[in-house]
Amino acid sequence: MAEPSRRILVTGAARSTGRRVVAALAGDPSVASVVAVDDVLVAVPFDPKVEFLHADLGSPALLRVLRSTGVDTCIHLGVTAEPQAAGGRASMKERNVLGTMQLLAAAYHAPELRRLVLKSTTAVYGSTPADPAIWTESMEPGTARHGFAKDAMQVEDYVRSFDRRRPDVTATVLRLANQVGPTVQNPLTRYFALPVCPVVFGFDPRLQFLHEEDAEAALVRAALGPVNHGTFNIAGDGVVMLSQAIRIAGKPPLPIPEPLVPSATELLRRTVDVSPEQVSFLQFGRVADTTAARVELGFAPQWSSLRAFEDFAAARLTGVVTEERVARVEGDILTALHRAAAWLSREVRT
Amino acid sequence: MSTERQGQTGRTVADESWQDDAGRCRARTVRGERCRNRAGPSGLCARHQRRLEEAGGGGSPREGEKPADPFAPFLDWAEEALEFLRRRLTGEYQVDEFGHDPDLVEHVLAPLLRPLYRHWWRVEVRGLEHIPEKGAALVVGNHAGTLPFDAMMVALAVLDEHPAHRTLRMLAADIAFSLPVVAPLARKSGNTLACPEDAERLLRAGELVGVWPEGYKGLGKPFSERYRLQRFGRGGFVEVALRTGAPIIPVAVVGSEEIYPMIGNLRRLARLLGVPYVPVTPTLPLLGPLGLVPLPSRWVIEFCPPIPTDGYGPEALLDPMAVFDLTDQVRDTIQRAIYRNLTDRGGAFR
Repeated sequence: MAEPSRRILVTGAARSTGRRVVAALAGDPSVASVVAVDDVLVAVPFDPKVEFLHADLGSPALLRVLRSTGVDTCIHLGVTAEPQAAGGRASMKERNVLGTMQLLAAAYHAPELRRLVLKSTTAVYGSTPADPAIWTESMEPGTARHGFAKDAMQVEDYVRSFDRRRPDVTATVLRLANQVGPTVQNPLTRYFALPVCPVVFGFDPRLQFLHEEDAEAALVRAALGPVNHGTFNIAGDGVVMLSQAIRIAGKPPLPIPEPLVPSATELLRRTVDVSPEQVSFLQFGRVADTTAARVELGFAPQWSSLRAFEDFAAARLTGVVTEERVARVEGDILTALHRAAAWLSREVRT
Repeated sequence: MSTERQGQTGRTVADESWQDDAGRCRARTVRGERCRNRAGPSGLCARHQRRLEEAGGGGSPREGEKPADPFAPFLDWAEEALEFLRRRLTGEYQVDEFGHDPDLVEHVLAPLLRPLYRHWWRVEVRGLEHIPEKGAALVVGNHAGTLPFDAMMVALAVLDEHPAHRTLRMLAADIAFSLPVVAPLARKSGNTLACPEDAERLLRAGELVGVWPEGYKGLGKPFSERYRLQRFGRGGFVEVALRTGAPIIPVAVVGSEEIYPMIGNLRRLARLLGVPYVPVTPTLPLLGPLGLVPLPSRWVIEFCPPIPTDGYGPEALLDPMAVFDLTDQVRDTIQRAIYRNLTDRGGAFR
């Protein structure tokens, strides 16, 4: 086995995906050191290989680290979808877009840098009824968009332009589907944790899920595996309908007519932290093709969308309409029918 | 009309590749369909396990060999219906990446359309032998009758009467995916947006794809122009067939023109509602909601011999003339079949 040589910098390292990725990298024998960057402090102590840098992406400390410590890989996880956690939409945009610009400006001066991995999102494709059923990476995403999806689009553009300016650096963009799992926290996991799940009346979108373990594995593979240039969709196999997910979660759905959706969103903003593009996601859904990740990146998820969601539901959600209850009612009705039939046929005979 | 089914209904190559049948019961129901219940440790669901034990074990589990009990068929039906409801309530079913839900089609959607097909419009099908047992083909048909009942009837003809019980994956206008209630049903019955990406993906997966190139122009044309084909789009369907080498199977539907004879169009109201047209028929605004009942015309659906597209070579795609010619050939075939079957059929309402 070769000496541990890789030096990796991870941004957004204090949040759920970041912590997992940092821990996985620290456990890898080829990794010599990990610099974990975030502007919030982490409660859990990191591995001795890990150095935690409490800084935002524009700080001079980050530039110093990139310039002088021989970082060869940068994993940028710092793009967030949660306006409230970020302190409002304006501040979220600042963190996402300006933060990336600042990080890439500093990374331009990192002499040893060879790889740049960006965690993006399939949200860049948007959700409208006029979309193709399955998005591939080469399809041009729509243009009318806002919020997180727009941030992610701009961040991807900056990464691509960085890729042109530093030809010695391989940029890999991973567009992740919505993450679920036993620990991950995001607007969608909070949505399914609501006592009833509001849905847009008369719509049942197709959703794709990515298990948090697979998200971690994909990011680690892009950083440590064979070099892969390009953009890849990452999602569990198959799709789950929203109605199906709600039933697996055991929640009663609450249909809201389309004209009332904006006010309902406003009410929910406090608890779920939803943005308009997430509402259209829950109305029209989105499915991305994962063939490229499988063939070129060599990444196959361990969890299908359905299994990932079931794992999430089993670990985190307490349903009302549980499988046992439904099965019991089914059994009761059937026993009653059998009794009635037996009674009737006795009557008919006598 | 045949109700015996040897294979699984509507399940095709594309579904097979990702669907997880490992957890499913391996028995078949009375009608020979695959049981969709979740299997226990023995590979059978609770019901089929019980059947096997009642039958004294041994042999392949199959239903219907029971002592004569007058209520047995009803109880069987009730049990299957309850199992279906339980699967829906607990989310225990799978859809393909386009959202096709064979369990729902088999138990709800097809049974709802069958009375219209058999008793109301008394559909006669010809040329089913031109549809291949498996593999890709593009079914191209005429479109009329205000609401796309003609497309649904063609799909039901293929599902019910073709020996392989194939699902026709139809390409629909984007309005179908933006209307509440309609949108999820359109997807769940196996349809997708009419765009080259989706069509090509389905054909490459070996599916039977249906397309109605006249679109609204055909669907919403006045009764005076009945049975005269409109312009066939821009020949996009021919390009997709050429790219994938799938044969084109023209289908001519006679009877759909008379179901809502459109003698007027409330253009202003249509614009207000954001729909392509608001029809005036002899009964529609006059009889109120009763006017929505389609007239009981007699239908003939004829599938014409396939037109191969794999002999053209890649240069045909660059040659607009070849695309025009092929489009015209398909259009003429359908128009001729329509005239022939109109004469055969005689009066519309016999």
